[in-house]
Amino acid sequence: MADGYESLTRVYAPHTESDIREMLDAVGVESLEDLLRVPDAIALAAPLAVPPGLPELELQRTMAAYAARNEALGYVSFLGAGAYRHYVPPVVPAIAMRGEFLTAYTPYQAEVSQGYLQAIYEWQSYVCLLTGLDLANASVYDGATALAEGAIMAVNATGRRAILVSAAVHPNYRGVLRTYARGLDLDVEELPLGGDGRTDFASLEARLADKRFAALVVQNPNFFGAVDVPGDDVRRIVEASGTVTIGVVAEAMSLGALVPPAGWGAHIAVGEGQSFGVAMAYGGPYVGFIAANKEHMRRIPGRLVGRSVDVAGKPAYTLTLQAREQHIRREKATSNICTNQAHCALCATIYLAAVGASGLRRCATLNVERIHALSEKVVAVPGFSRRFEGPVFNEAAIRVPAAASAAQVLAKLRERKILGGVDLGRWYPQLTDCILMSATELTTDAEIEALASALRAIVEELDLVRA
Amino acid sequence: MAPDGLLYSKDHEWAKIEGDTATVGITDYAQNSLGDIVYVELPRVGQTVAEHASIGVVESVKAVSEIFTPVGGEIVAINAELEKDPAAVNRDPFGAGWMYKVKLGSPTPAGLMNAEAYEQMVTAQ
Repeated sequence: MADGYESLTRVYAPHTESDIREMLDAVGVESLEDLLRVPDAIALAAPLAVPPGLPELELQRTMAAYAARNEALGYVSFLGAGAYRHYVPPVVPAIAMRGEFLTAYTPYQAEVSQGYLQAIYEWQSYVCLLTGLDLANASVYDGATALAEGAIMAVNATGRRAILVSAAVHPNYRGVLRTYARGLDLDVEELPLGGDGRTDFASLEARLADKRFAALVVQNPNFFGAVDVPGDDVRRIVEASGTVTIGVVAEAMSLGALVPPAGWGAHIAVGEGQSFGVAMAYGGPYVGFIAANKEHMRRIPGRLVGRSVDVAGKPAYTLTLQAREQHIRREKATSNICTNQAHCALCATIYLAAVGASGLRRCATLNVERIHALSEKVVAVPGFSRRFEGPVFNEAAIRVPAAASAAQVLAKLRERKILGGVDLGRWYPQLTDCILMSATELTTDAEIEALASALRAIVEELDLVRA
Repeated sequence: MAPDGLLYSKDHEWAKIEGDTATVGITDYAQNSLGDIVYVELPRVGQTVAEHASIGVVESVKAVSEIFTPVGGEIVAINAELEKDPAAVNRDPFGAGWMYKVKLGSPTPAGLMNAEAYEQMVTAQ
């Protein structure tokens, strides 16, 4: 064992033996093994029972047998709530998995990485087109961190230390925002949910009066799938108070059908791009985006790729405005985010290039059509209804019969191999009788029919609706 | 190079005191060391700043440098022209390149040099 550490150190570490001796002396241990010694009480008494290597074919069979135990693929899913089932055209993996793109770390060097830098530049351009704003960054980890970073931009722009966020913003996004806010000592307050399942702006004027809030955060479509944007009167109040409006887009596909964030008053747009050709893969890696108007150019966090010209006058791409970033400005940087989800952003870029503007619009419209088809069939089941009226994109809050809870209905659906949606009581105590159901272009009539007939059977089984 | 009548800090800022107000900028030596200035981040009007606090940033094509205010007090004006034309700091550091005005917290700022002492310090570097 001792020899193992020593030889590994010699192979992989840049330290000489005398370096190592000096460091060991400084901490007062004899050897590297002493330094890393696991206390006897928790040390393994015998080696781990790791079987010997297998021939490739046998290994494939073994792993296929494990994979066959995974039941998830046998379920029909109406889950959404921030992660969406969308069609990924084969051209996405075919290009994204090419060796030139599939590297362990994002290649930023302009001298050797023009292809990747151009792809990131195109991603930024798509985000600008889709949000209606002036500039976008090379991406961040996910939609929730994008929101937190957007809030920091607003704090830096205004010098104010509080954020006002709608209760209809995704609960997990608000959770991440609060985590960031705790470290930065910012106040996060909420605007309540109205009776119609949309943000209640009634208290806004009074709350913005003392110009305490750096930002107002609104999500469209909101967590309940509903179109939820501030009206002209609300926008006037927000502008007059010098508050930055942050528009959250948790379902990027909606940008193919709804007014872009800049169109309803957002100065900064943040969101999640998973819907554009990125696999759901256990919830990550996903790809967050941040876009803003020019005024915020110096405050946008992370990498930015710019287009310039090379010595021969030809277009060339390079990282730009890096003085915002921590490798130059250290602790005064706009953010500690210096990396991005380049490969996921690449997938999204290929997706958007492949479907084009008209394809995106058609796909988004299909999502609207599918949730209405689902909603129609579900509310035809005795005891079920839409919890909120009004237009939705590809999700809707469905109320279960009064004698049941959402959790109970969902458990019964699971027995029938249907993932019926998300129990809204998990985050909203007043909505324990509601399920958030999602439908996308992948949701078939047969799946909707299976859901409706399962619900009918559950109503009967539990005797939920008495004649 | 450093005009008489101004006060200078060891961080290469200058202050011109007129009554209870000081106009602040960076020196010719500072702009020359930084090179082409592309962005100046200034404090906000109304903000109260402490003497020697970092209250802004000067960004050039080769470096980012903090502005340490030589005087404390309330910011009463900023040179908004620098947003469009940051190179004014290079062209005319003691004139059009001024950065902000401070209503002085204390009547006589401490620890600043006159032009001669500042020139001596720069020469010694």
